[in-house]
Amino acid sequence: MATTNNMTLNLKIWRQKNQTSEGKLVDYRVENVSPDMSFLEMIDVLNDQLVRKGEDTVAFDHDCREGICGMCSMMINGKAHGGFKNTTTCQVHMRLYKDGDTVVIEPFRAKAFPIVKDLTVDRGAIDKVMAAGGFITANTGNAPDANAMLIPKPVADEAMDAAACIGCGACVASCPNGSGMLFMGAKVSQLALLPQGQPESPKRALNMVYTHDTLGFGNCTTHAECEATCPKGISIEHIARMNREYLKAAFTYHEKNRSEGAG
Amino acid sequence: MMTAAVNHYFRSSIGRKHLVAITGLLLCGFLVGHLSGNLLLLVGPDAFNIYAHKLISLGPLLYVIETVLALVFLVHLYLAARLNIENRQARGKYTLKTRTGRGTTLMSASMPYTGVVLLVFIILHLMNLKFGTNYQTQVDGVQMRDIYRTTVEYFQSPVSVAWYVFAMACAGFHTAHGFSSAFQSLGLNFPKYYPKIKIISYLYAVTIAGGFAFLSIWCYLKGV
Repeated sequence: MATTNNMTLNLKIWRQKNQTSEGKLVDYRVENVSPDMSFLEMIDVLNDQLVRKGEDTVAFDHDCREGICGMCSMMINGKAHGGFKNTTTCQVHMRLYKDGDTVVIEPFRAKAFPIVKDLTVDRGAIDKVMAAGGFITANTGNAPDANAMLIPKPVADEAMDAAACIGCGACVASCPNGSGMLFMGAKVSQLALLPQGQPESPKRALNMVYTHDTLGFGNCTTHAECEATCPKGISIEHIARMNREYLKAAFTYHEKNRSEGAG
Repeated sequence: MMTAAVNHYFRSSIGRKHLVAITGLLLCGFLVGHLSGNLLLLVGPDAFNIYAHKLISLGPLLYVIETVLALVFLVHLYLAARLNIENRQARGKYTLKTRTGRGTTLMSASMPYTGVVLLVFIILHLMNLKFGTNYQTQVDGVQMRDIYRTTVEYFQSPVSVAWYVFAMACAGFHTAHGFSSAFQSLGLNFPKYYPKIKIISYLYAVTIAGGFAFLSIWCYLKGV
């Protein structure tokens, strides 16, 4: 392997023991960083160095490293996932940085996302919002015929655009208000566009918004910083659709409909 | 009877944003009327005074309109302040220092600050003009308030003009983001027309802020 292009980077990484302790930025120096490495691999190299020195490794979230699981997070130089268009942290490659660069790495910050350790935050709040959305009615058993329910291509595409959300929480971390509206908008939108989600749509919108509001998320002021940071390029049009869905639900949903059938 | 869903609406993040949006758009509408009326300054003292006299002559109806306007303003102010406090708490101890450059604008980031300037401005504006010196004049034998004189006199001070122009710049910044954002909050964001709403938003902001600022400078140059 050619080593001529390898870089040395100066890192400032947020180290915090646990949720209650005070954290601070700590300086690290990583040598021999290949431009072909992903950002996470670069941290793996750092952690390897720390293990060899008998120091505590940097805790960070990661899983698939393919940009589809939504586990990786990190504010890189103050921007969620590094601020590159349609890119998760795991898909950020070191060729985007230059030899001798100083890179500041911090956790996703928001009141709704308490820090667990170092760069790891508890993003359980967005799972709670998701769970509040509930299930849709669908046949179980064999896979249904692909053409049994006809959905126009543009509608299916739009639902798919919303469904692309991987729930990473970059929208919350990059929002000046720490709001979870883009995430929630994508989830409400995805099902609101499809016939499968229709019977549950008012309850879904009401419950998700209610849950969102109780978890310490902020309110939307249309900065659209979420849209700019979203690794899946989800548009704030989906927030607008959720706002319509919620308005419709708030004024048309009847209490007597609230009891659920035994599925 | 209000259902729990409707009840929650008025306390929810989205429901309150709807109210901020609706009251904001109503205030935008008021500014259009206000500027249209003020343009009569250019026609002459009599035209402006007759217009003001007609408004005052509405009597009880004017009080109703003023009360509604004040309520719209207070709802907008109260909810926006509440939401802003919540948003600051949601962001936590660490504010975001860097931006992607593709989202937040100077207009959107300064909303609370321009809002506070406008609040102070409106209080001073009412004190200086509406509740300012009450000169009397006669137009075609009808006794009426000479609000034209009060206005032009007020703008003889360069400090008044400078403050007014600054406040109007804030109004421009506030509405440039607020106008289009209100449509987004109300769920009216479709790819077909939202880009046009954004353009209208900027045109509106420039027209309103520029129009009022122009009139204040015009008054200054016109002299008593």
